[in-house]
Amino acid sequence: MPDKTALPVPAAGSVPAAGTAAPAPPAPPVRDGGGPRRRTRRHRWPVVVPFFVFLAVCFGLPAGTMVYGAFTVLDPASGTSELSTENVSGSLSGAYATGLTGSVELSAVTALLATVIGALIAQAVVSSPRAGLRGIVVSASGVLANFSGAPLAFAFIATLGTTGTVTQLFHLDRTGFSLYSFTGLVLAYLYFMIPLMVVIVLPALDGLRAQWQEAAASCGATRSQYWRHVGIPVLTPSLVGGAVLMFGTAFASHATAAVMVGSSQPLITIQIANALNGNVLVGQENLALAMSLNMVVIALLVMAVQIPLQRRSTRWLG
Amino acid sequence: MKITSRGIVLPVAALYFLVPIGASIWFSVNEVDGVSFDAYTQGLGTEGLTASLMLSVRLGLATIACGLLLMVPTLVAVSLYLPRLRRIVEILCMMPLVVPPIALVAGVTTVLSWEQDLADTPLYMTFQVLRDENFPLVLVLVYTVMSLPFLYRSLDAGLRAVDLRTLVEAARSLGASRLQTLWQVIVPNLRTAVTGGAVLSLAMVLGEYTVASVLSYRPFSVWMVEIKDSEAQLSVAAAMLSLLITWGLLLLLTTLAGGRSRRRTNSGRENRKKTVS
Repeated sequence: MPDKTALPVPAAGSVPAAGTAAPAPPAPPVRDGGGPRRRTRRHRWPVVVPFFVFLAVCFGLPAGTMVYGAFTVLDPASGTSELSTENVSGSLSGAYATGLTGSVELSAVTALLATVIGALIAQAVVSSPRAGLRGIVVSASGVLANFSGAPLAFAFIATLGTTGTVTQLFHLDRTGFSLYSFTGLVLAYLYFMIPLMVVIVLPALDGLRAQWQEAAASCGATRSQYWRHVGIPVLTPSLVGGAVLMFGTAFASHATAAVMVGSSQPLITIQIANALNGNVLVGQENLALAMSLNMVVIALLVMAVQIPLQRRSTRWLG
Repeated sequence: MKITSRGIVLPVAALYFLVPIGASIWFSVNEVDGVSFDAYTQGLGTEGLTASLMLSVRLGLATIACGLLLMVPTLVAVSLYLPRLRRIVEILCMMPLVVPPIALVAGVTTVLSWEQDLADTPLYMTFQVLRDENFPLVLVLVYTVMSLPFLYRSLDAGLRAVDLRTLVEAARSLGASRLQTLWQVIVPNLRTAVTGGAVLSLAMVLGEYTVASVLSYRPFSVWMVEIKDSEAQLSVAAAMLSLLITWGLLLLLTTLAGGRSRRRTNSGRENRKKTVS
């Protein structure tokens, strides 16, 4: 039923009965504009309340706790907690600092490699004369981008681990290769990051119009000149945007590394999990919160790069 | 140069992506005395696997229900009546991307550790329900938060593709209630978007390890890791099974969505809808 509150109330002279009658102009209750909507709008508020309550409780509360906990220290003697930067400074020194830089390094390397390789694969698909290839690559990428976490770690252990099939076949252990190293982690992370990048960068490559290439060619530009002066500059925002997303994905990822290398490689996600799981020291827990806060700050800094870029890329590829 | 580079890139990529899968399958069937499919035929029937897989599926379905119940009415209301909230809702839905799961669960464990302090209050019961071993509601809540970005992107794209205002006006002037409009008019028109968001959420929940392991629950992925040392072959077989499930899920639901829209076009309803708008 159309709700009566939405109908414009006659200005003057209408007495109590107004609510029922009021021969309204045929403006339906849902329409942009004018003053009478104010009451309607108040009416719609309840619909969105559950969403905000849910977010406040399930996201805001843990996040707030994280920030608060990161800056408080519980005094075991008196049982009172006080504000302090002890956790934060602790989380930025010693082994924890190594973990943080290790994570940043791993994420940067994998993001760079995934961006370049993903773009090359996508370009190979776009420029291919075979029409069926695209469908295969897109659906395969969709599946492989979801192949991460514990199953991925198992697949790599079965392939390149000490008793892995490929290790045995080519005697890789004699060459000094170890899966449980930085290189091993890079190899494993790229397995889900490259497909993700392919999916992300394909639309941007589609946006490069064939006419631009033709125009460049008729002006006498070679292929490499076209790419250097037209293709790459137009693609740069999308590529950097993709790289930022790759960085975030690698930075936040925990399961693959935890199952594959355990604590043998210094990574901040594994250190947080250990601090939460291993020892039940109260101070340790707040240290985990401080490390989590560091992760959020870095993620925010990296994301901030993307916003101005997005605006630029829509100008050409929108 | 163009052809040679393509000729190198794609085969090398194919090799890199196929070898680990092939090697895993080989690892799971390779025995000292030849090939054996025991890990698949016997191992996959073990009790631990069924229980953990069922827990994962139940958690996934609950997460989808929770996420959709929260997001569909909110996004519809925002795009119809509260346009000023659109930006805020978008930012809030993307926030979980900035907070990594491990950081989120660090906050969640701290909140859960307040249990002792609240022992005398009615809230204590809430904590008990949240942490129920058979169906940990706390995981559903955390997973719902983690699935918000997928749901938002998918539903937002769906809402932009339909003329929501006209649909609602038509339904309302024909006498449908708000709930009827939402359930019988809006949701069917968002079918593809709802399905897409749901599939992504389900895939995320089925593979999720970090949150569940830190909170020490035992869904499929955690079980898989727990048996990795004692039954290596079975764990790899389970990993292959989980890849197969994810893949099948994506395939099934895309064909399902595609099949329905095709049927609709055949019956001509699609055309009629176009002439109306």
